[in-house]
Amino acid sequence: MRLSQTSPEQVEVYRFPWLAAALIPALAIFFQAFVPVQLPFLSIFDVPLLVTIFLGVTRRNPVTGLLTGCVIGLIQDSLTHHPLGVYGIAKTVVGFGASSLGVKLDVENAASRFLVTYGFYLLHQFLYFSVQRGLVGQALGWAWGHELLAGLVNAVAAVALFAVLDRFKQRN
Amino acid sequence: MENLLTRHRNLSVLAAVLFVQVFGLAVQVKRSNDPQQTRLIRVWAVATITPFEQAIVHTQGAVYGVWHNYLYLRGVRQENRDLKAQVEQLKLEQVRLSQDASQARRLQALLGFKEQSILQTMPAQVVGSSGSEQSRSLFLDKGSEDGLKKNMAVITSEGVVGKILQIYPHTAQVLLINDQTSGLGAIVERLRLQGIVRGSPNGETMLEKVMADEEVQPGDKVITTGGDGIFPKGLPVGSIVKVSSSDLFLKIRLHPAADLSRLEEVLVITKLQEVAPASGEVAGSQRAVDILAARLPGVPEKAAAKDGDVSNAASRDEPKIETSTPAAILEAKPGTGAKATTAPVPRPIHPDPAKPQRNETTGSPHSSADPLEKPAQSAKPAPVLKPIAEQPAHDRMQ
Repeated sequence: MRLSQTSPEQVEVYRFPWLAAALIPALAIFFQAFVPVQLPFLSIFDVPLLVTIFLGVTRRNPVTGLLTGCVIGLIQDSLTHHPLGVYGIAKTVVGFGASSLGVKLDVENAASRFLVTYGFYLLHQFLYFSVQRGLVGQALGWAWGHELLAGLVNAVAAVALFAVLDRFKQRN
Repeated sequence: MENLLTRHRNLSVLAAVLFVQVFGLAVQVKRSNDPQQTRLIRVWAVATITPFEQAIVHTQGAVYGVWHNYLYLRGVRQENRDLKAQVEQLKLEQVRLSQDASQARRLQALLGFKEQSILQTMPAQVVGSSGSEQSRSLFLDKGSEDGLKKNMAVITSEGVVGKILQIYPHTAQVLLINDQTSGLGAIVERLRLQGIVRGSPNGETMLEKVMADEEVQPGDKVITTGGDGIFPKGLPVGSIVKVSSSDLFLKIRLHPAADLSRLEEVLVITKLQEVAPASGEVAGSQRAVDILAARLPGVPEKAAAKDGDVSNAASRDEPKIETSTPAAILEAKPGTGAKATTAPVPRPIHPDPAKPQRNETTGSPHSSADPLEKPAQSAKPAPVLKPIAEQPAHDRMQ
């Protein structure tokens, strides 16, 4: 299994039709806000985060990645009653990290997608909790067991979701 | 410098975007005291997402309605028979309860007891959530154009759900009681201990500010105090699941009465009514005890003199007065030996000054003075004590 690229020339960069690029994040946010009301156990998924990671590693452009993460995060923030920017900061960093990593790693196979998502999920949660605690001044309960399990669940979901989203990407 | 920025373009953009967000966050945290502020991005996001949520929920409801009301009618006859039997049972219970309620109303009028009652509610459907495990809030399918306002209480038939936090033209955001930033005045029903209900960081519903030496037990019911001006008094909040001691206060975990994770339809309390004693019931400057004295049957002076002490007479000849109910306490005429102050007084109107948190009147719409003391001190001697059950109906307080 090959996880790393030897040179930037080997990296394939993809793009998305503008409709897909707009609709995929919108649907992810809609899913996150709507589905847990009907099926509460699905609130463990962070679909907007998975989409941020997917768009980042696929497009492999750090600036686009961080801006995508920023917009998705801010919209997510606007649906909560917390100050705007908590999810925004966390997803900006994740978007930047995912697209930077996409240049160096082969993220086309399931194993690397699983690992990348797992790592970025934990990074996202750490950033979210840090910002919420440090900047907003709100204490949140960090439960290691829950976060590790949620990371696993999201990583498994990412493998399936990325396979579906692969259909929308076009070679640049 | 310019060269450096160009060379590290990606990092520069990242730093700039992060700086803007951190700065914006700091401004918001600093201005968090302004409750009227609603960011435009919130309005846009909510206005974009909630119509789709409403459309799906209403379509779901319509399909469910057609299926269950017209197609799937298996077992409906049996259910109808069961419900009819239940209605009969409830009618009987209602008669008893309405008698109790009218008695309670008469007592409230006498005591100058003010409380809020629910006058009008509006049903609303839950259409969405915040999408975050750390922000426990919901969106309803009704908004300011339907008459909803900020800080209105949201309940279900089981109990309290939360309050309206943000209002938009066609939707409203509800902050649940298990959110960390919520706060609700509540009392333990059995002990009349006052505390504050709020969410823990993990989303559990907690009762805070109850002193560590109190004997709170799992299973105790917790209800609203009405003191926060949002929720009327007496609504079920939940029951105590776990009690553990931590320093000065108890750590009390509640099981919310309303299932907060599976809310579909809720009621928004749109109008509260302040129930004050009717003017006809406590007439003019007359004291309650005077009215009572006039209505209670008199005893000839002779008989009273002969007995010497009314209290002795009462203890020997008259049936014992059940003093555990407020009615009996009031019916027991002050100054006749049956002392209202020594009777087991209902806690809501008789706070214990030694323990501040037992004082339910703090922050509640009730008068802080003990309403029972005044009649007890100012009462004129009245001849006879009679248990309420023995008096003819027209002799009782109206």
